[in-house]
Amino acid sequence: MDTNALKNYLLRTADDQLIIAHRHSEWTGFGPLLEEDIAFSSIAQDKLGHAQALYNIAHEHCALPNADTLAFRRNEKDFLCCQFVELPNGEYDFSLIRHFLFDAAEYFRFSALSESTFEPLAKLAVKIRGEIKYHLYHGRTWVVQLGANGTDESRVRMQTALNYAWPFALGMFEQMATDSLLETSEVIVSEEILKKQWLEFVKGVFDEAGLKIPENSTPVFGGRGGFHTEYLQPLLSEMTEVIDIDPSAEW
Amino acid sequence: MATIISLDPRVTRLSIDEGVNERDVLIPTLDQHPTFEVFHQEKSGSHHVHVGTLHAPNPELALILAKEQFGRRGQTHNIWVVKTEDVFTLTSEDSDIFDTVPEKTYRDVSAYMVRNKVEAFKKAQKEGAE
Repeated sequence: MDTNALKNYLLRTADDQLIIAHRHSEWTGFGPLLEEDIAFSSIAQDKLGHAQALYNIAHEHCALPNADTLAFRRNEKDFLCCQFVELPNGEYDFSLIRHFLFDAAEYFRFSALSESTFEPLAKLAVKIRGEIKYHLYHGRTWVVQLGANGTDESRVRMQTALNYAWPFALGMFEQMATDSLLETSEVIVSEEILKKQWLEFVKGVFDEAGLKIPENSTPVFGGRGGFHTEYLQPLLSEMTEVIDIDPSAEW
Repeated sequence: MATIISLDPRVTRLSIDEGVNERDVLIPTLDQHPTFEVFHQEKSGSHHVHVGTLHAPNPELALILAKEQFGRRGQTHNIWVVKTEDVFTLTSEDSDIFDTVPEKTYRDVSAYMVRNKVEAFKKAQKEGAE
């Protein structure tokens, strides 16, 4: 198996989880209702756990530094997350739409990975299956509730959020040149295949929610190659604020 | 006007005017979602036990939110949610209907002293077998 290809895949998948976990966690204490605040914060913690598990695999199998170092000590350009996860939360409508679109992609990605020929990844995918299923169930239910069963305001807000999110969401499926090596050895399935499964699924949910997918959107790529929005660096600075005070401190 | 600077950067980012008195902010009437009663089942086949109440717009979201409020710690097999308004109950003034006169021991299981008889029977059986 090609270690560089695997390294790239593990890091970008983990970085997506870490950055969206941080964004979700920014809602803690600010959520629209107590119960949702708790649920969303818990989802953020799950995502952080997924990131940690993926970094651990990268550490053990690709000779990379440990999870803490990967998460807190890298420069902005070394992060390989898609730009979608970096975007600021804005209002809860956008956070929910992003959460739904992201977790639908996660659902298909990790379903495929559960059959990966790379055992550590396959084992992890099976282990976190229930969590991802719940995240998607949570996101899907809110999207349908606020789209089809809410008020005019909630439907318009969800549609506006979806219009903004869509090109970035398509950017989740940015293919890297090295991916084909992993596809041939059946470590991963291609972004193209995942995107097809994802599109079909989210379209069904948006139909049910009375929301329309924007047409003729150009995917926002770049994140996988280390090109990020202006929002990532401030996020990283805030995330590493404590460790920056004394990087050698033992916790 | 200066805005509030907080140790929590998220609060600082909200750019709240320092001069705003909390008591002057008009708080809309509470329009909470209805409440649901949550029943937690630890294992397949065991009883569902009432564990608490939560707010949700509908039963489906109540289930989703209940999973995190009541099912994320410890073992959970399933959860029930029931609209609080669908639970029929007595008023607390009527709790005296459960007070029964204590003298009727013949209604209590503990009033039946059968242990001696059971042991005598077991002994007789054993002796008979030998």
